[in-house]
Amino acid sequence: MLLIECPWCGPRDETEFTCGGQAGVSYPSDPFALSDDEWGHYLFVRDNPAGPLAEQWCHTAGCRSWFIVERDTLTHHVLATRKLPEAGEEP
Amino acid sequence: MGTRRASAGDGMPVLADRLWRSAEPAASYDAVIVGAGGHGLAAAYYLATEHGIRDIAVLERGWLAGGNMARNTAIIRSNYLLEASAALYEHALQLWERMEDDLGQPVLFDQRGVLNLAHTLQEVRDGVRRVEANRLSGVDASWLTPDGVAEVCPVVDVSDRLRYPVLGATYQPRAGIAKHDLVAWAYAKRLYDLGVDLIEGCEVTGIETAGGRVTGVATTRGRIATDAVGLAAAGRTSVLTEPLGLALPLQSHPLQALVSELFEPVHPTVVMSNAVHVYVSQAHKGELVLGAGVDGYNGYAQRGSFHVIEEQLAAAIELFPSFAGAHVLRTWAGVVDITPDASPIIDSTPVDGLFVNCGWGTGGFKATPAAGRLFAHTIATGSPHELSRPYALDRFASGALIDEHGAAAVAH
Repeated sequence: MLLIECPWCGPRDETEFTCGGQAGVSYPSDPFALSDDEWGHYLFVRDNPAGPLAEQWCHTAGCRSWFIVERDTLTHHVLATRKLPEAGEEP
Repeated sequence: MGTRRASAGDGMPVLADRLWRSAEPAASYDAVIVGAGGHGLAAAYYLATEHGIRDIAVLERGWLAGGNMARNTAIIRSNYLLEASAALYEHALQLWERMEDDLGQPVLFDQRGVLNLAHTLQEVRDGVRRVEANRLSGVDASWLTPDGVAEVCPVVDVSDRLRYPVLGATYQPRAGIAKHDLVAWAYAKRLYDLGVDLIEGCEVTGIETAGGRVTGVATTRGRIATDAVGLAAAGRTSVLTEPLGLALPLQSHPLQALVSELFEPVHPTVVMSNAVHVYVSQAHKGELVLGAGVDGYNGYAQRGSFHVIEEQLAAAIELFPSFAGAHVLRTWAGVVDITPDASPIIDSTPVDGLFVNCGWGTGGFKATPAAGRLFAHTIATGSPHELSRPYALDRFASGALIDEHGAAAVAH
C-alpha cells in the first residue's frame, strides 16, 4: 500500500487514488500534421523507465483532483507530489 | 477441509539429480536469447530443433526460470474471442498436449478444464458469444448453467447468497494447468543435451549495434558477439530497447499471486471470475493457487500493494465459502509488460538483427511453446510465421489492434 500525499488533502492510502499514467503528455497541437507512426506513438507509447517516473494520479475517493506524483518504479517510493501546472506554466 | 500430510515429492515425479549445467559465456554465438524463462528457453529449443541453429546462448540475469516463469499461476487455456488470439493460443494448447513426448520429461500437464464465470447479464451475453466464436475457431467450449457449474466444480457457491451470483460460465474441458518449474527444466535439459549454452547470473546491460545492425551484447560477464538477439525479457524489455531509441508500447506492472497451505484435493478444475476478479486452481502438491489483476501503477520491484491481495481473497472466499478456513502461506509478484491492446508483440524491429517477443502481459505462461516456436521462426527467417503475423509492432501505427482487453471478457 502506497502512502500518497495529495497536494490538497494531505497523506492518504493508495486505495483512495487512481493512477493515470505518465504525466506531461500533451495533445498534439496539430494532429492532422502527424504521420500514422507519430499518431500511434502519441496514442500508445509512454515512458516505462526502471527508476524515477512522473505520473498523473487522481484522488478519486477524495477531492477528485488530478495532480503529479514522482515515484521510483524500482523501489515504489513516492519521491514528491505537486499540483498540476496552471495553464501556460511550465510543467 | 483436512490438511493433508505434506511429504517431499508427494505425488510429484522423481527427476535426475542434475538436468543441465550453467555454462560459461563464449566470445560469440550465432544467436543470443535474452531471458531464460519459458519463452526464451522454448525459443532456443525451436531454433535448435526446427531451424538447425544450435550455436545459441540463453542469457539470464538471475537464475533459470526465476522470473515470471516461477511466478505465474500455471493456467493454460485457448478460449479467446478473436480469431488471431484463438489461433495463437490453440496452437499453444496443441503443443502442450504433446510437450511431454517432445521433451521427454514430465511437466504434469493436466487438462482439468477451465470455468470462466459470469456474474452479470452482460457477462452472460459476452460468454455465450465467446463460446460460439470458440466453436467457429475450432476451440472446445460450452456454456454451463449455474447447476452445470456446480457439477464441474462443487466447491463454487452458485446460490443467490452472493452479492454477484454466478449466472453461468463458459467451460473449456481441454484447458488446465502444468507444473511451471518442470516445464522450464524439461526445456533446459533438452537444450543442454543439444549443446545450447544456458548462462545464469549474466545480465545484459546493453545491445551493441553498428550501422543499424546488431553486433553483440554487453553483459555483466563481458561482451558477447552475435548477429541476432532475441528479447524474451518480459517486464524488463523496455529497459533493454530504450537506449537504442526504440520506444515500445509497453508498461511494466506488478502482478501478484498467492498460495495457501496444502490441502486434500478439493478443487477439481480452474475457476476464473473477471467481475469479482480472482482465479483459482489447486496445484498438484495441494496448495490453492490464487491470482488477480495487476497493480495499478508501473513497478519493477517484483512486489505489489497488499490491498490487491485482500481484494482477491475476499472474492475467493465469497465464491468458495469453504476456503475461509485456509491460510495465506506466501504471496509474491512478477513484473509483466502490458501492451495497449493486451496482446503480445512477436516481431523483428527497426534494428537489424534485434527481435522482440514481449507484451504477453498477464497471460504468457499458457503460450510458452507457441511463443517459443513463433519467435524462433521470426529470428531464423527474419519474417513472421502465419500465426504471429497479426502480432506485429506496426499494428500500433496501422490501428489493426487485437483488442482482447475489452473484447474477450476474460481475465488476462
